[in-house]
Amino acid sequence: MEKKLKVAALRNGTVIDHIPSDKLFKVVSILHLETSKNQITLANNLDSAKIGSKGLVKISDRALEEDETNKIALIAPNAKINIIREYEVVEKRPLVLPDEIREIAHCGNPNCITNHQPVTTRFFVIKEEGSMRLKCKYCEREMKFEEVKLK
Amino acid sequence: MSKNSLVSISDYSKEEILAILDSATGFEANPNRKTLDGKVVATLFFEPSTRTRLSFETAVIRLGGSIIGFSDAATSSSSKGETLNDTIHMVSCYADVIVMRHPLEGAARYAAEVSPVPIVNAGDGANQHPSQTLLDLYSIKKTQGTLENLNICLVGDLKYGRTVHSLIMAMSHFNPTFKFIAPEELKMPEEYKIFCRKHGIKYSEATELNNNFNDADILYMTRVQRERFQDLMEYERVKNVYTLKNKMLINSKLNLKILHPLPRVNEIDPDVDSNEKAYYFQQAQNGLYVRQAIISKVMGIKS
Repeated sequence: MEKKLKVAALRNGTVIDHIPSDKLFKVVSILHLETSKNQITLANNLDSAKIGSKGLVKISDRALEEDETNKIALIAPNAKINIIREYEVVEKRPLVLPDEIREIAHCGNPNCITNHQPVTTRFFVIKEEGSMRLKCKYCEREMKFEEVKLK
Repeated sequence: MSKNSLVSISDYSKEEILAILDSATGFEANPNRKTLDGKVVATLFFEPSTRTRLSFETAVIRLGGSIIGFSDAATSSSSKGETLNDTIHMVSCYADVIVMRHPLEGAARYAAEVSPVPIVNAGDGANQHPSQTLLDLYSIKKTQGTLENLNICLVGDLKYGRTVHSLIMAMSHFNPTFKFIAPEELKMPEEYKIFCRKHGIKYSEATELNNNFNDADILYMTRVQRERFQDLMEYERVKNVYTLKNKMLINSKLNLKILHPLPRVNEIDPDVDSNEKAYYFQQAQNGLYVRQAIISKVMGIKS
């Protein structure tokens, strides 16, 4: 019983819920959780009334910064993020698309300098005519989010 | 990082564009000056472009400056694996400004970020070539007397042609009306049509050239560039789709001028050359004055 509680409940940290199942590991990657030393619980393919099948991430003892959670808006715009303190939700973090994203993706243009030289990638996020596109700061090419490759 | 670099035409405001064109008018009247006396300009051409390099180097020489550099990456240390960052830092120890041509898109923006001296982008892959755009604007203004409210017809490779994309962005300050004439395979990409709609710029599209530019003030022809095609069969299908001939100009406006960034292949028949509406060779010459104006501006020299 005690063991189950340790996995299920989070005393302090961040819970990311309602991640579409096929996006869970992209969220893990975009937040660089693979190198994190915090205790992390991942769950996937859980039943969800809203989206059918969902994933979940719990990160102990770390409240994600806004610029980190905003990256999630790129991948899973309907995910729910709660900051937990002493088992209580102290903040429901709204997801806001960032104006600029750094480092997390490779430019989709094979002829872009960032794919040939050690350059930190930067993209401007363009929201217009109802769609979201990324514009590489360097080659100035606009692309859909699916066209960039996450690092 | 130098704040004076010119990487993309969108780096310049309307006022800055007009100031460059004014300055170029002064250089056309009096191209030989000594304002760059004692200054060194590096021309780093990581891919060959003889026309652009000679134009920039002539601009520097006519201003009394000196030139160092290379005209082919094979003769530079980048062929030994040196990073662009290191090349730029090394050259900036010697030169006051760097004019750079590079085959990779975004190379100029990156160079401008790391360089302590101004970078002038002389073309980065299929991306930007702002001195070409400014000389196009100069040619339009010189021949039409204004940049405002003109009918501009863009013809040929509107998909990959960076000159037409930059021209749309630069002309957006001046209330133009565009007609895009291209084969289906080389149509204007959606992002530039979105740009036009966002800026309230009127445009229409057509696939036929003949009799489709009778209301145009500027007919801007482009070459279909073989090197931009993944599929060479597609290139063969479209390469000769438009050839402007002298007889097609009969119903065109008196003030019409034909521009082309050159080199041309088959887009303009040589029988057009003697028509006074042909302006592409003067357009190339205008590049010299515009580049004198650009180099003076990035170096903070009053002209």
